[in-house]
Amino acid sequence: MKIIVTAKRVPDPEIKIKVKGDGTGIESHDISYKLNPFDEIAIEEAVRIKENAGGEVILLSIGPGDAQTEIRTGLAMGADRAIQIATDEYVEPSVAARIFKKVVDDESPDLVLMGKQAVDDDANQAGQMLACMLDWPQACFASEIKIEDGRATVKREVDKGIETIEVSIPAVITADLRLNEPRYPSLPMIMKAKKKKIDTISFSDIGIDTTERVKYLGLENPPERAGECKLFETVDELIGALKDEAGIIR
Amino acid sequence: MSNILVVAEHYNGKLKSSTFSSITFARQAGDVHIAVIGSNISDTADALKSYGAARIYKIDKPELEQYLAYEYSIAVTELAKSIDAEMVAMSTSTTAKDLMPVVATRLEAGMASDIIEYTDGKFKRSMYAGNAVATLEITTPKKVVSVLDTAFAKAEPADGESPIEDFQVDIPAGKAKWVAMEESASDRPELKEAEIIVSGGRGFKGPENLHLIESLADKLNAAIGWSRAAVDAGWATNDLQVGQTGKIVAPEMYVAIGISGAIQHQAGMKNSKVIVAINKDEEAPIFSLADYGMVADLFEVLPRMTEKIPDQS
Repeated sequence: MKIIVTAKRVPDPEIKIKVKGDGTGIESHDISYKLNPFDEIAIEEAVRIKENAGGEVILLSIGPGDAQTEIRTGLAMGADRAIQIATDEYVEPSVAARIFKKVVDDESPDLVLMGKQAVDDDANQAGQMLACMLDWPQACFASEIKIEDGRATVKREVDKGIETIEVSIPAVITADLRLNEPRYPSLPMIMKAKKKKIDTISFSDIGIDTTERVKYLGLENPPERAGECKLFETVDELIGALKDEAGIIR
Repeated sequence: MSNILVVAEHYNGKLKSSTFSSITFARQAGDVHIAVIGSNISDTADALKSYGAARIYKIDKPELEQYLAYEYSIAVTELAKSIDAEMVAMSTSTTAKDLMPVVATRLEAGMASDIIEYTDGKFKRSMYAGNAVATLEITTPKKVVSVLDTAFAKAEPADGESPIEDFQVDIPAGKAKWVAMEESASDRPELKEAEIIVSGGRGFKGPENLHLIESLADKLNAAIGWSRAAVDAGWATNDLQVGQTGKIVAPEMYVAIGISGAIQHQAGMKNSKVIVAINKDEEAPIFSLADYGMVADLFEVLPRMTEKIPDQS
């Protein structure tokens, strides 16, 4: 089975992001980057499917051409090669989906696995858009994937619980938190990953319409929560405040 | 005024209250039209009659009984085209996340997820786990948005009664098949609907201690939420996760117990009206958000709270 998996580089989600004074972006010094955690889960799943059934895992990443550390991480997890679309600019989901479609048309995989969202823009759109553009079925927010006889049975994490759907393959599946626990690459895998091939294509050479449908005008800091935290020594005092001051409990 | 199509969300016919937040948004943006999609949904459509919509459209077909992205996206897209809707809106939920990007693609529309404000044709939304608020424009003639329900008040009933119309559309069968739904069994209020939420995190140490939060939630008639760490540890299911990549909530009171308050957790709860934090680490970031707090061991405090709080149900 040939699988394309997205591998986006995002600012480390554990670090507090600061907006630049002029609102044109985020402060980039002191930022470290990571592989999008949901893409990491998608890569782990793709590698497990390959380990079971054979095939090839290809990473697909849109991001700065000189930043390949995160792609190497995915390769060290067991992906075979990578395609990088190089750009320093923010690419909105509808453009990303069109780029992914172009690569899927060229590579003809059986499956596209993606993180359910990238934890930088938190849009949660690209996988669904890609499925629609390809006229493939989608199974989003997967917590379990079983592949058999040209079909994938997917458990989806939805608001009400767990929903199971069955999709024909090829399909686009997006990974949620509980799909698996991504492996830490071993040193030999990391060494091996250094020799794996990354094809870098410049954004302007991609050869499709990359007109944005959404235009970001600026960033600002979110409003701060007013007031200090009142600390109490005893449960009685706390309950008293919730009753008499906040008026929340009776 | 332009036509705004709100896709109502219901579960087996029961409306989700978040739908009323998207109606509030739509009132700001133009003439409200509402789509109700499913099977045997006349009562659901009726329940929306007094909210000032220019018209309510029912797409009522047996093959739409269960939500599937392909089928529902065709229903929404055909209706949006037929009424020349400038914008399609749905309040944020896993269904909206699944469906709206597909609708946007079919309409060749730009899409903004989880909008929190709309003024003069510009949208605001959070990025980077709520650490930045972006202003954006959708540059296509048609626009699709998901509306963060906690950012818009629930619409009050308006004068008059909206006409209800059956909208006819052929729905070809897609390549996905619905198989089953395992509902999370709980008698508690739902996270998104609850007035009070008590949430637990890593501080609970293990599944054997979860009864402590349950007893308190019973007393408060509260929903229970969990931090990502607790979900990762397998103590709770993902539909109870509060945070950037889980549910975003804003109840009257949010009680965070044994939760340090990682950035991604804050993104899910920082707009709660009153925040109470109980954590033994006084440096925990949760105290920077909280209105009331105790620096204390939850294993000592929780049983006492449960004992002393009057029954709220």
